[in-house]
Amino acid sequence: MTTVTPDSFSSAPPEVVGLGPIAWAKKNLFSDWFNSLLTVVIVGIFSWGAIRLTSWALTTAQWQVIPNNFGLFMTGTFPSGLYPRIWALLAIICGLAGLSWGVLGRNVSTLFSRGVLIGLGLVCAFIVLFPPTRPSSLKLLPMVALVAIAAAAGRQAGRKFPGIGKWVSLAWFLSYFAALWLIGGGLGLTPVSTNDWGGLVLTLFTAVSGIALCFPLGLLLALGRRSALPVVRWLSTAYIELVRGVPLVALLFMGQVMIPLFLPIGSRPDRILRAIIALALFSAAYLAENVRAGLQAVPRGQNEAAMSLGLNTPTTLGLIVLPQALKIAIPAIVGQFISLFQDTTLLSIVGLAELLGIGRSILANPAYLGRYAEVYLFLAVIYWIFCYAMSLGSRKIEEKLNTNH
Amino acid sequence: MTHDSGSKSFNVKAMLRDERFWKIAFQVITLVVVFLLLSFFLGNLNRNLIQMGRAFGFSFLRNPAGFSIGESLIQYRPNDPYWRALMVGLGNTLTLVAAGIALTTLLGTVAGVASFSKNWLVHKISRVYVGLVRNIPLLLQLFFWYFAIFGALPNPANQIGLLGLAFLNNRGVYVPWASSAVLAVLGIAATIGAAIAAFYLWQWRTKIRIETGVGGQKQSIALAVLGLVWLAIIVFGMNWTVPEGVEGGGVTGGLRLSREYVAALTALVFYTSAFVAEIVRAGIQSVSKGQWEAARSLGLHAGIVMRLVVFPQALRVIIPPMNSEYMNLTKNTSLAFAIAFPEMYSVATTTYNQTGRPVEVFVVLMATYLILCLLITLVMNQFNRAVQFKER
Repeated sequence: MTTVTPDSFSSAPPEVVGLGPIAWAKKNLFSDWFNSLLTVVIVGIFSWGAIRLTSWALTTAQWQVIPNNFGLFMTGTFPSGLYPRIWALLAIICGLAGLSWGVLGRNVSTLFSRGVLIGLGLVCAFIVLFPPTRPSSLKLLPMVALVAIAAAAGRQAGRKFPGIGKWVSLAWFLSYFAALWLIGGGLGLTPVSTNDWGGLVLTLFTAVSGIALCFPLGLLLALGRRSALPVVRWLSTAYIELVRGVPLVALLFMGQVMIPLFLPIGSRPDRILRAIIALALFSAAYLAENVRAGLQAVPRGQNEAAMSLGLNTPTTLGLIVLPQALKIAIPAIVGQFISLFQDTTLLSIVGLAELLGIGRSILANPAYLGRYAEVYLFLAVIYWIFCYAMSLGSRKIEEKLNTNH
Repeated sequence: MTHDSGSKSFNVKAMLRDERFWKIAFQVITLVVVFLLLSFFLGNLNRNLIQMGRAFGFSFLRNPAGFSIGESLIQYRPNDPYWRALMVGLGNTLTLVAAGIALTTLLGTVAGVASFSKNWLVHKISRVYVGLVRNIPLLLQLFFWYFAIFGALPNPANQIGLLGLAFLNNRGVYVPWASSAVLAVLGIAATIGAAIAAFYLWQWRTKIRIETGVGGQKQSIALAVLGLVWLAIIVFGMNWTVPEGVEGGGVTGGLRLSREYVAALTALVFYTSAFVAEIVRAGIQSVSKGQWEAARSLGLHAGIVMRLVVFPQALRVIIPPMNSEYMNLTKNTSLAFAIAFPEMYSVATTTYNQTGRPVEVFVVLMATYLILCLLITLVMNQFNRAVQFKER
């Protein structure tokens, strides 16, 4: 690149206000001969690619594979007679999401701003117009309504009872067990073998379980590595460095084989549980490093001040150091959660039918021979939406917690 | 601290209130718990292994492997021992890692610098690329490249030729290459040697110019001669063979890069480069605005400011996270086994399936990847030391 100026420099006050489209193009696309050449070449390549892609998507591609297997993509081989349970789970999550949104936004002047309304409208339009969801769209529309209603209710409740946030957190915690019950059955519901768990539901379940397990473990490891006690420090460091040196796929595969070997003869935990344990043990080592970076960024004076006030080590850590360290580490921690979510795809290698695994088994069906591009593009869109939503959420939390003025 | 140092008598109450006692007690408790857990797990492991009739040991590595491997850097036949099969896998992993690191550095740096481009399109492409690729799992991208892109290439009968120098078909990519492996190794060694020599010559030249304010012509001439010699070795010494299309499909001569290798390399490079681009971008942004302005006010133009002032300072921030990206790339090469590229992990899995020895195979795998990561860290630490601030 000939002209390289870091963003911050060009963000100086604009010289010309209200650039016309031609002036804008002259400034941003054709400022000198090299830029003009670059622009022409890029536009050429991209329009060629766009034409090829559109013609492929409209003529060659056979999108039928997506709607025909939509249920498989979402829930795997989960018995279709029990789908109402998955819908109930989705309703719980939507209700809680709406409630949290309302409680968090209780001080915002209007919850349903124009942007949010447009977004909701787009979601509804997508649900109605997108063919694969058609049989289910009747049930998806009330879900959107549920989010909106719960948000309004949460806002009212949040204004009346300021302490409601804790209860919403508790509700999220309990919803995990509700999910386990609704998916797995038992206690009055028809049990569903874990062999029939699959699709997006399994991906989300393993990701959430992995995150819930790896966060406390990572925190402990980070504290251990920063500890003044040599034994604790050495053990934590050894664990972190050993795990970080091994590829996840090796850990997952061997986890499937070796976890039963480490337990008394004959005991064999469920393979989904084994996969979640391997995933959490792996991510905890990386998370520990992220938290450690946050801990290192907290000035030593904070620790000393707390000590001089007479706080002991646990209270100093819990009340003074950790809250600051975690705030600093949020982007890195969410980044680690995103990569844990992406790492769930590796479960397809050890034979679990999560989203990518179910995609591969659909592609193995002779009826859909060679539909690789269609299926993989569809999966890529799903993964992208979830990962992008997570990084967007992390940016929002960061803004909210940013107390620097 | 409430420890009563004055009293000589042993006081249990005082001891329980002493932080020093708890510090030691906590460590002892931790050690005991870890020891008990380990002995529980290892005891179970031992019992399970004995029950299966496979006591721990590595002597099985000398047994004949009995499986064939699609591509290999070294001579390998199916009745060679397991350790040789694992060596073949390691070799394939290393080719993937070496090419991956080189290409990732290149593409990542270009994409990172491109996000500062004044050209709106270039800037947007860089941002969209990073936002798209980082949020899609690597394994999915790997399958996409392997099945949907390289799998969709025409069959050998209708292969695509690139100016008669290279060929593409659904079995792989064919490129010009040295006529023998020895020459290829010599060529690579010459390139690395020339690069190192050039680096020191350049440093020497800079040092002389800083100390005396003039000179450095001799070093410049030496650099030019070095470049010419290297070019001569590469062009004339390699005895290049160019792939040639055969009537009715197929290719003779040149080097065949298998579809598995090319797909794995492409996916790894595209994925890791997006992370490298973000690192490079953050590094450049970390250089304070004043540096840029001061350099501009000295009359240097944008390209030189970037090369001589901003980038060397950005490198201090860029190098440490790059180390972990290179390590991630190394570990992620193990995913190539999902598209049947015979790298280290893939060979190790086959070994496990045939011998039923998970523990030993896992130890070998773990040691291999740990050593690879350690080597990368060693090299990067050297490099890091070179670019750090030289303070008084």
